[in-house]
Amino acid sequence: MARIQLITIAINILFIAYISRLIIKGKLREEYAIVWCICTFVLILFSFWRGGLDVMSKLFGVFEPPNLVFTGFIFIILIYLLHLSVVSSKAQHSITRLTQELAMLKEKMEKAEKEEHIGN
Amino acid sequence: MSKKILIIIPCYNEGNSIPLILEQLLHLKLPYHYQMEIAVVNDCSTDDTKMVAGLYPVVLLDLLVNLGIGGAVQTGFLYAQQNGFDIAIQLDGDGQHPPAELHKLINQHKKTGANVVIGSRFLDEGGFKSSFARRIGIRYFHWLNRILTGKSIYDSTSGFRLFDRKAIDIACVKYPDEYPEPASLVLFSKAGLSIEEVPVTMKERLAGKSSISNFSSIYYCVKVTISMLFIFIRKPY
Repeated sequence: MARIQLITIAINILFIAYISRLIIKGKLREEYAIVWCICTFVLILFSFWRGGLDVMSKLFGVFEPPNLVFTGFIFIILIYLLHLSVVSSKAQHSITRLTQELAMLKEKMEKAEKEEHIGN
Repeated sequence: MSKKILIIIPCYNEGNSIPLILEQLLHLKLPYHYQMEIAVVNDCSTDDTKMVAGLYPVVLLDLLVNLGIGGAVQTGFLYAQQNGFDIAIQLDGDGQHPPAELHKLINQHKKTGANVVIGSRFLDEGGFKSSFARRIGIRYFHWLNRILTGKSIYDSTSGFRLFDRKAIDIACVKYPDEYPEPASLVLFSKAGLSIEEVPVTMKERLAGKSSISNFSSIYYCVKVTISMLFIFIRKPY
């Protein structure tokens, strides 16, 4: 096994360990972890299977194998960024609703307090 | 039966101009069968807006997070919906919309039964007309609105508006968050609401800055255009 393979495999294992740690500690939600697990799986696959990249490039008709890596990964990253924008839009919407509800609750409470004050 | 009107005043750092507006509003005489309440929405101001507004007998809706004008006004709509108001009127906190002109909106609503009434700067002579660049932008939105809604609304960026119950219900569910004025018109007209315009005289703002500065005006145009196009494509909820 070539040195570079060992290095990538070691890094992959560390990566998986870190993702697992984040999930265990509750810092990463499982649905986002899926993407990261798939990524590491793909990386591990290609670190064991050295000729894999050439095979895949031929399959897609790409002349230079590294170009396939760049194209593929840039595409995946773009999709993932889009997904993150969707997530943050949803979060923003929730925050808006929460803020509005809170403002109304606060108003109601203050009014009730005032009335109680006058009642006493 | 008397009708309940909620005046929604979205405020962001309007501590200087808000007392005058509230003073004028509280002394306002409305037609006898109208009941008025005022809701000041404090959009996370960094000045003393909250404290100043709290000195008056108004409903103070204090947002902990800055939501922008759309989110702030929507809070007012939600309050109006939950408390059974028949009409909501948005009046900006910077003093551009004189409370004395309120009755024009109410009368127009009574006369035509329109779901949304816009106080327009352009149907009438006199008063403050805003800058050249801004007028170009306003003309552009007039054109875009005419294409998308098939209605000729001259002052689609005016924030001086009256909403009836139907419009309030729609705006509670879906209201553009950042620059809602032109885009919401597409929303309302897609939902089949009638929109009327009535000439009002506006003033130059008393204090504070417009939410649309020169620097971000291109961003404003692009964002509002996109938002209008997508509201147009989207099915009414």
